[in-house]
Amino acid sequence: MKEENITTTDIISDENLVYKKTDLMTDKTLSYCPGCGHGTAHRIIMEVVEEMDMTEDTIGIAPVGCSVLAYEFMNIDMQQAAHGRAPALATGIKRTWPDKMIFTYQGDGDLAAIGTAETIHACNRGENFLIVFINNGIYGMTGGQMAPTTLPGMKSSTSPYGRDVKLMGNPLKITELVAELPGTYYVTRQAVHTPANVRKTKRAIKTAFKNQMENKGGLNFVEIVSNCNSGWKMSPVDANNWMVENMFPFYPLGDIKLDGEKVNKE
Amino acid sequence: MGELRLMKGNEAIGEAAIRAGVDAYFGYPITPQSEVIEYLTAEKPEERTGMVVLQAESEIAAINMVYGAAGSGKKVMTSSSSPGISLKMEGISYMAGAELPCVVLNVVRGGPGLGTIQPSQADYFQAVKGGGHGDYKMIVLAPASVQEMADFVQTGFDLAFKYKTPVMLLSDGVIGQMMEKVELNDAVPRWTEEEIVEKSSWATTGKKGRERNIITSLDLDPSSQEKHNQKLQAKYREIIEKEVRFEEFQCDDAEYLFIAYGSSSRIAQKAVKIACERGHKVGLLRPITLFPFPEKKIQQMIAQLKGILTLELSAGQMIEDVRLAVEGKIPVKHYGRMGGIIFTPAEIVEALEQKIIGG
Repeated sequence: MKEENITTTDIISDENLVYKKTDLMTDKTLSYCPGCGHGTAHRIIMEVVEEMDMTEDTIGIAPVGCSVLAYEFMNIDMQQAAHGRAPALATGIKRTWPDKMIFTYQGDGDLAAIGTAETIHACNRGENFLIVFINNGIYGMTGGQMAPTTLPGMKSSTSPYGRDVKLMGNPLKITELVAELPGTYYVTRQAVHTPANVRKTKRAIKTAFKNQMENKGGLNFVEIVSNCNSGWKMSPVDANNWMVENMFPFYPLGDIKLDGEKVNKE
Repeated sequence: MGELRLMKGNEAIGEAAIRAGVDAYFGYPITPQSEVIEYLTAEKPEERTGMVVLQAESEIAAINMVYGAAGSGKKVMTSSSSPGISLKMEGISYMAGAELPCVVLNVVRGGPGLGTIQPSQADYFQAVKGGGHGDYKMIVLAPASVQEMADFVQTGFDLAFKYKTPVMLLSDGVIGQMMEKVELNDAVPRWTEEEIVEKSSWATTGKKGRERNIITSLDLDPSSQEKHNQKLQAKYREIIEKEVRFEEFQCDDAEYLFIAYGSSSRIAQKAVKIACERGHKVGLLRPITLFPFPEKKIQQMIAQLKGILTLELSAGQMIEDVRLAVEGKIPVKHYGRMGGIIFTPAEIVEALEQKIIGG
């Protein structure tokens, strides 16, 4: 077919289709800022649910934060939790519906500040569900305040001169912390800023659901280090570059715990 | 006739929950109600009925486990005592907003703060007027015996699922700790997964053969949030219309009336007898539902009454609802003790003579 003869219909015909949005993402316009990682994270979770044929058996939990409306975009059964309580909701569902596939989707403030107790105890009990943890080092929804994972020296609306760790405490590496607990089975840290990273993260989500499905006996924890160009006051490209240069050295990507065993980094 | 046993109120609740086909109990220890979870774990309900019992890391986690399981259509309950119930209030408000059924038991102790572990009725306002944030109500049942502790588990779940709302059993340290004869219902099986999907078509049980279900209390659009609030208020009006429960004790020719609920009503019964022996025509009205409150019954009785004495183990909380019902037409006074002290029948009669008859 000559290039000048291609019509719109040809482009979207089945034989020419190279990519199609999963039906498990609704058609509702995402509420996220352009360049934000949430949309990609949502999509790959839903793609995995579809590819693993779990749509009828999956229940997701939305947090409080930018992704409070995740249930508007993920086209599956969803519950919306009070701030930080998603792992408690997930525990209640999984304990009473053990055959369902359960995941929580939580930001850093939700999971590592107000919900620290729920996070750690769900991990320590070895609850058989998946926690997806989006870490962008800031409270995006409320306008860019300091988060438990805000880097030392990093500016936010409540650390306007940079995070002074003597005054404001240190950033919390909660992912490393939960990896120490006997109840976690799979703990990994990923990112979604490049196609290669998206593929890796998707594989991690798939591994986590597979572990849950096979009842491997522990909680699956996938951190996604992400950006917040609005909260960080940067363009989307600058935010991604800043994340690579500053967030990744502090929050290094890769598997932390596999099959219930800590990964030896040496 | 069901099986007869001598049990503590807290134990009777646990046994009744297993027999009522409850799917899960999530709790956290606090005096004077820790026997609930102790009884449940000792009974191995996972073997008897498949019921899940889990000790959570906090009252906050426990009520949110209840939220999750209730949102997926399960019959689920929790229990605590006053300071712990304060922690549960966030979750209860969310459940009222998301219209989720559950039963929450409060075995009330004295406050404020850590207060005392002794019995009290000082959580009336918290239970009846809201407690958590936002315009919501819970149905509040006040058991006055170990028998009612057991019976109200089933009643509570019937109401919770009928109206899709949290139901509170407002008990206290007396009812929770005392032992009485209790007749237990025969066990009913837990709902099957198919029954849950059919009964609770709104629940998140997996998107199978229907559109997705969402459990949330969030609506950022003011006009639709107001509509949701109006729907809740209409539900509460229906509850007020249909679900008022109370018990009368020698009310027919009473000139004076005690109004008391829960453990206070038990003491008040004796006070009625003593007062009658002293020549006073006294009756007792016992609200069984605190929300909805039996205000119509009180209004019907005003014409025959010279005065009302409300009896509460508090500084006087229910008295506000009695006064709202009475609208100033006859004297309404309060007699109560606080801090874990329980009044005697003789004290009550003396208060009647001083505050109402001689007052």
